[in-house]
Amino acid sequence: MITRILFFVTLLPLLAQAQGDLLDELNKTKPETDYTIATFKGTRLVNGHTIETKQGGTLEFIFAHRFGPLDGGLYEMFGLDEAFVRLGLDYGITDNLSVSIGRNSSDKIMDGYLKYKALSQRTGKNSFPFTLTALGGVAYSISPKRDNEPEGFEMADRLAYTTQLLLARKFSPRLSLQLMPTFIHKNAVSKTAERNDHVALGIGGRLKLTRSVALTTEYYYRIDPPDNDVLEAQELLPRYNSLGFGVDIETGGHVFQLVLTNTTSLTERTFITQTQGDFFDGKIHLGFNVTRTFQLKKQDRR
Amino acid sequence: MRFVVLFLIGLLLTAVHGFAQHRFVLDQSTISFHSDGVIEDIAATNTKVSSIFDASKGEIAYLLNMKDFQFQKKLMQVHFNEKYVESEKYPQAFFEGQIVGFDPTAEGVQQVNAVGKMTIHGVTKDIQFPGTVERKGGTLAMKSNFIIKLQDYAIKVPQIVWQNIAQQVEVTVDFNYRAQ
Repeated sequence: MITRILFFVTLLPLLAQAQGDLLDELNKTKPETDYTIATFKGTRLVNGHTIETKQGGTLEFIFAHRFGPLDGGLYEMFGLDEAFVRLGLDYGITDNLSVSIGRNSSDKIMDGYLKYKALSQRTGKNSFPFTLTALGGVAYSISPKRDNEPEGFEMADRLAYTTQLLLARKFSPRLSLQLMPTFIHKNAVSKTAERNDHVALGIGGRLKLTRSVALTTEYYYRIDPPDNDVLEAQELLPRYNSLGFGVDIETGGHVFQLVLTNTTSLTERTFITQTQGDFFDGKIHLGFNVTRTFQLKKQDRR
Repeated sequence: MRFVVLFLIGLLLTAVHGFAQHRFVLDQSTISFHSDGVIEDIAATNTKVSSIFDASKGEIAYLLNMKDFQFQKKLMQVHFNEKYVESEKYPQAFFEGQIVGFDPTAEGVQQVNAVGKMTIHGVTKDIQFPGTVERKGGTLAMKSNFIIKLQDYAIKVPQIVWQNIAQQVEVTVDFNYRAQ
């Protein structure tokens, strides 16, 4: 009996191989780690950044545009008579490191960013639950004009800095959510109405409707704003948290983002700390972000 | 004694089986595809294909990860995976079948046909395509060229970019095997 069993045991490898499915064998040599792609369609969510960086060797031209408030009435053509623009370029130095520059028409601000994707969401052997991108930004205000500088105004007073951590998880091909703890330091502020340092927590997300169309939203909550939370001390204009909604439409190398937001600013320095409009009181601005991506460096396909 | 004899026979059979198997595994592989669009050509290459070819039975299988296709334009690569082949849902493409007309004892180039089931984008189709096999000692080179219609595999191209993407792609297979 034992000998018979042993005989069959020695034959087992033969039987197993005869029945073995080649494809099953290949399946065992499956890849270790699978990196999540396309958490968001663009590098911008509504007004602020997403975790996405430009891929190495690609250049993106961003034309962003906000009209006046919708409650301007027919006289202002519901805001269409007014326009605030940011022209910008983003370039991917590597797949994980991007640099960008831009010029904002509101407050005449030049901005520059360095963006680094430090951790990527992935599944498989080395799985990691979310993507983490660090963003550092500088905003240089060209206004006031040199000749109109107040007494004692220095070059450094034109500068403000943004430090942001962007954390996002793509929960499913349809749903991605993002958290954005943000720290902004302005070198010069009106001490009666503002502190130099601002802390905010942003939350946002995207819901894909079809493979080329997605809804986005973004909200920046300012943590511990000063008691006297106004823009101009004399006019008592209150500050609001910025809120925005968008529709992303992607066609080939373009992404069109149609947005509705309560801010006219397109850089963190201003849209997080100087938003003037109450979204729920009709101060809603229609806007567009239009991007075009160019592949400057062809990657070696081998 | 009987035990020892049976054991030895068993061992011998296993060894013979292993010897007679003529199994080949991929050493170097490339599957690339190409399609001429009106505005721009689309081309990508995958060099990480895995495959086993059992020469004694003429059975072949190959498997690849869609995300391993490398495009010149990286944005195109993202769109390919995210929107067209939906790599998150269907991460792999594979083929399983027979190489018909292959003589395992012959050296040199042979004209053969591959017959079997191809699975792309979660859709399995019976296909047949011609190719060549060249045997040189312990190595084996397989080459093939065939057309795949996107429609057959339910890969939808949106109307808005229809000019950009042709409805069919030409696939080139270049496999170099070594004996296992």
